Amino acid sequence: MKKRFFAIVPATVLATGLMLLTGVSQASDDGGLATLRGAPVSASEKSPTGDGLKKAIETEPVERNYLDQPPVISHAIDDYRITKDANKCLDCHSVENYKKEKATRVSKTHFEAYDGKTLANVSSRRQFCTQCHIPQTDAKPLVPNTFQHAK
Amino acid sequence: MGTDPSVKVSASDRPGKRRGERKRIISISVMVTFVLGIVFAGVFNVALDWTNQEEFCLFCHEMKDNVYREYQTTIHYTNRTGVRAVCADCHVPREFVPKLIRKVKAAKEVWHKILGTIDTPEKFAEYRPVIAQNEWKRMKDNNSQECRNCHDPKFFDFSQQGYRSVNQHQVGLLAKGQACIDCHKGVAHRLPRLDQGVNLADPTGISLEIFRPPVPAKETPLTGETTTESAK
Ligand code: HEC
Ligand code: HEC
Ligand code: HEC
Ligand code: HEC
Ligand code: HEC
Repeated sequence: MKKRFFAIVPATVLATGLMLLTGVSQASDDGGLATLRGAPVSASEKSPTGDGLKKAIETEPVERNYLDQPPVISHAIDDYRITKDANKCLDCHSVENYKKEKATRVSKTHFEAYDGKTLANVSSRRQFCTQCHIPQTDAKPLVPNTFQHAK
Repeated sequence: MGTDPSVKVSASDRPGKRRGERKRIISISVMVTFVLGIVFAGVFNVALDWTNQEEFCLFCHEMKDNVYREYQTTIHYTNRTGVRAVCADCHVPREFVPKLIRKVKAAKEVWHKILGTIDTPEKFAEYRPVIAQNEWKRMKDNNSQECRNCHDPKFFDFSQQGYRSVNQHQVGLLAKGQACIDCHKGVAHRLPRLDQGVNLADPTGISLEIFRPPVPAKETPLTGETTTESAK
């Protein structure tokens, strides 16, 4: 029992030393690069801790920060599926339905086809709304920044 | 009576007794039929309920590979509280007679299972518009009773609902008496192809009049009563 214990101690010390060494050499391999969250580039990303997944907030439309910004979505979009066959967003935001739903009508820019022609209705260029529009949450910026929206 | 030893009359042959006996036989057989009826109805109901289990629906790969997968990402499969709605909660009425009717109609589904009408994802997609519209019609005709078995608009707490929900529920649901399915299509599965006019009108898709049936013009008082009454 005692013998084995004395064998384990140097082994652990050796292993820790090796791990430290490889860790250090890895960090120096990053060539001065760093990730936004400060972790080494080669490290696997830590899952965010603390307040978990942020839920979208349901509010009045959120103020836009600059001209031609795709407005953030002012409501949750869980379970709203967009497939090649059906678009849940258009169920409320389409030209036909927006009034009944008291929703914002998609703007005219969304009618423009690939060739620049304006169609009578939404173009398939805009089928996947969540390419450009995302729900608003009260998440704090991960990194401080000095952005100020246009006055 | 019965004093002459040459004429043997057994006690049961006496007219009075015989009438009593017949009565007893009738009442016993009525009782037996009654009990058997209850047992049979009970067993039958248990058998019907057995086919209501989620596992039963998933015997068929047609369900498991298509609609079940889609449903797994929705709130009725998994949510914060773990209270779920399984297939039968939405697709089979709870009341005995409507349940029976639905189960008899399911014979057609068994037939199509044998024929292999929807046994590949492509065939399923092709038939989805038809099946979905059947289900929309059923849920419209019974005023979405299955949804109401769990969600009772009388107990909606509007201070807790999102403001889009409140707007639509107070007007569409309570005042105009629309059925849940009029607005909540595709709660559990992916929608069939719709004609939403993206790029061009698409005649292969389901038209807006079917997907979003016109709102009835009549205004009824702001109570849940009118909507629940039309369900009966
Ligand atoms: C059930 C109806 C409904 C559905 C479905 C829906 N929305 Fe909305 N949306 C609304 C309503 C109502 C508003 C709020 C409009 C207001 O209050 O002025 C809104 C607001 C928005 C806004 C903000 C508009 C602005 O002017 O700032 C965006 C962007 C938006 N939705 C995008 C989407 C996208 C993308 C989807 C699909 C993922 C979607 N919506 C699905 C009803 C809906
Ligand atoms: C390619 C990016 C892109 C896609 C895809 C897109 N949008 Fe937009 N959307 C924008 C931009 C940019 C604006 C703001 C400028 C404007 O009005 O065109 C906007 C504006 C809007 C507005 C506000 C209109 C207004 O009058 O204020 C709504 C509502 C909206 N989009 C809904 C949708 C919906 C619904 C879809 C999906 C069918 C969609 N968008 C797809 C980029 C996009
Ligand atoms: C077996 C009971 C049951 C049945 C039947 C049922 N639901 Fe639900 N429903 C629930 C539960 C439980 C939730 C989740 C509540 C929660 O966790 O917030 C829910 C949530 C919802 C939500 C909220 C979605 C969201 O993202 O917040 C909608 C909308 C809804 N159901 C509509 C329907 C419709 C329409 C039907 C009929 C086709 C129906 N439900 C049938 C139990 C049921
Ligand atoms: C006139 C259209 C309409 C009708 C009819 C309707 N709903 Fe809704 N419901 C909505 C809209 C719009 C929302 C909010 C957007 C969303 O969740 O898609 C909503 C949201 C909900 C929610 C989520 C509430 C929240 O804010 O968390 C539940 C639950 C719900 N509906 C159940 C029902 C049930 C049950 C019925 C039938 C008794 C019904 N609805 C009938 C339009 C309707
Ligand atoms: C919350 C209620 C609800 C639950 C739970 C539910 N469904 Fe559905 N189902 C619907 C509605 C509503 C439709 C009508 C089409 C639509 O609106 O998506 C439908 C349609 C269908 C269809 C027709 C094809 C289609 O996609 O339109 C099949 C098949 C089906 N459901 C099977 C199932 C199976 C199997 C389960 C269990 C794994 C299940 N459903 C659970 C509400 C539900």
